[in-house]
Amino acid sequence: MLPAKLKKTLKRDIKQSGHPREKAVDVMYAVQSHYGYLSDEGLAEAAELLGMSELELEELATFYDYIYRRPVGKYVLHVCDGVVCWMCHEGWECVGEEESIVTYLCARLGVEVGETTPDGLFTVLPSACIGYCENAPAMLVNGKPYGPLTPASLDEVLEELRNQPPEEMVVDR
Amino acid sequence: MSEQVLLQNRRPDRPATLEEYRASGGYEALAKVLGKAKPRDLTKMVLDSGLKGRGGAGFPTGRKWSFLREDAPHPRYVIPNTDEMEPGTFKDRILVGADPHQIIEGTILAGYANQAQRAVIFIRPSYELEAEILEGEFAKLREANLLGTDILGSGFDFDITLHRSAGRYICGEASAQVKAIQGERPRPDKESHMTDSGLWGRPTIVNNVETLACLPHILRHGAEWFKGLALTPGGDGTKLFGVSGMVNKPDCYETPMGTPLREIIFEHAGGMKGGREFKACLTGGASTKLLPAQHLDVAMDFESLAKIGHRLGTGAIIVFDQGACLVSACLNLLTFFARESCGWCTPCREGLPYMRHLLLRIELGDADEGCVKRLREMAHYIDHSYCAFAPGAAAPVLGLLEYFEDEVLEHISQGCCPYKGV
Ligand code: SF4
Ligand code: FES
Repeated sequence: MLPAKLKKTLKRDIKQSGHPREKAVDVMYAVQSHYGYLSDEGLAEAAELLGMSELELEELATFYDYIYRRPVGKYVLHVCDGVVCWMCHEGWECVGEEESIVTYLCARLGVEVGETTPDGLFTVLPSACIGYCENAPAMLVNGKPYGPLTPASLDEVLEELRNQPPEEMVVDR
Repeated sequence: MSEQVLLQNRRPDRPATLEEYRASGGYEALAKVLGKAKPRDLTKMVLDSGLKGRGGAGFPTGRKWSFLREDAPHPRYVIPNTDEMEPGTFKDRILVGADPHQIIEGTILAGYANQAQRAVIFIRPSYELEAEILEGEFAKLREANLLGTDILGSGFDFDITLHRSAGRYICGEASAQVKAIQGERPRPDKESHMTDSGLWGRPTIVNNVETLACLPHILRHGAEWFKGLALTPGGDGTKLFGVSGMVNKPDCYETPMGTPLREIIFEHAGGMKGGREFKACLTGGASTKLLPAQHLDVAMDFESLAKIGHRLGTGAIIVFDQGACLVSACLNLLTFFARESCGWCTPCREGLPYMRHLLLRIELGDADEGCVKRLREMAHYIDHSYCAFAPGAAAPVLGLLEYFEDEVLEHISQGCCPYKGV
């Protein structure tokens, strides 16, 4: 269940907006940030707050890239697979044929795209261009952009995140 | 460096503050017109300036506004579009990060011209830093009486809120964006006219943020001045070009509209990376046609590109070198577009994956010339889709088939990708 305080804030925001549905994405973000993802329970609570049916909200939740209907890791790595990042893969040769930041990252973490590492730290998600093409190849970690990435700098980022003390972890919106 | 209008306040590390923006003449336009000029005068000036929409379609901004009927009901809305999710496109992020107040002033001016009450800035999730920049300034502006009720004592009330998107490419399309804000599944809607029935069924103006950022300058310096900034007669003002890919200095550059493509790539963006040879580029983002070296001298404006069968789009220039396999580049693009299709209509939902499949077969060396013929047919049939998304997706492939057919056929005759392992 959502904490009463959060519910109250959300209710107030929805009421103030004049158009409850305009808050659909904001509410989904807030609920997602509470549960770590948009759980079934959270979806039902969000739908009720917004005065929408669960089905209506599900239609939105599954459409958007940044709403997670399944559990994700502490860090969500949105790796750009747009054409510029695809092209700027110099220095990634070490991973052989399919040289790309995505394959490198998956190999490093031992997961496939869409999966979460067993320690629950990282989820790799493919992403449409994230708008940092001048810094290709690029990725977002919980909304924070990184780039231009090299195999070495990517390793560094992962290491840094692994060693982050829990309280300083960035919480996804 | 040519005259910097939109990026004049750009700094390496932070956005310009309200004070800095004002010191550069910011909010003078607002003080000049609010309560003094008639809203329709603004529309006329924008019309005279020739300003065309910077979101990709290049439709004259003044004309878009003049579709709004004088007696259209209230409330009316302005939606500054900051969604850009197309590969290669990042200019709006640079603009917000450089000079957020310029966009805000432009938005208020658009609001005044169209007698709107509220603006909803639509912003994508990967621009959270920019969202926070904008939001941070709203409070300061209300305090300075530049936003909210009775702005600068003019009697004009106008406020701006931010709408955070949860991220899907199609939200960049104006009518889909309206649905997204309304908490509906975003898909294009061609039935309703935005100026009659947009957000919440009310008259609505959707403008790209670069378009809006031009307004304070046009109103301060005049339509003729703005036109004069361009190098070509049909041009309008300056333009932000986001250059990415195989260049030495990928970045966003502001140059006069009509600057030759060659100059943007070889002078501003520092030329080809590592001295490689230019092979092709996309001139206006991922949904424009691949353009070969023979057209490098084209003037970068809407008309000049249209004349040679290309589009300026968003001005996002993606550069490929000789080592790049353009079949696999198109495969990457089609994979992107097939995934991002909103799924509403069959030609797009079914057609793009099929085109992708044909490209994959060609790339893998598992195709015959019949595949190329079918790919060409499909690239044209795709025009029968509901919105411009699918034809845009097919555009790079059209360029591939028009200029680089040899490269495609080489894949077939060699039974593999000639660029693999080179
Ligand atoms: S062309 Fe594609 S994006 Fe446009 S309505 Fe059809 S399915 Fe949706
Ligand atoms: S293509 Fe990767 S950030 Fe734009």
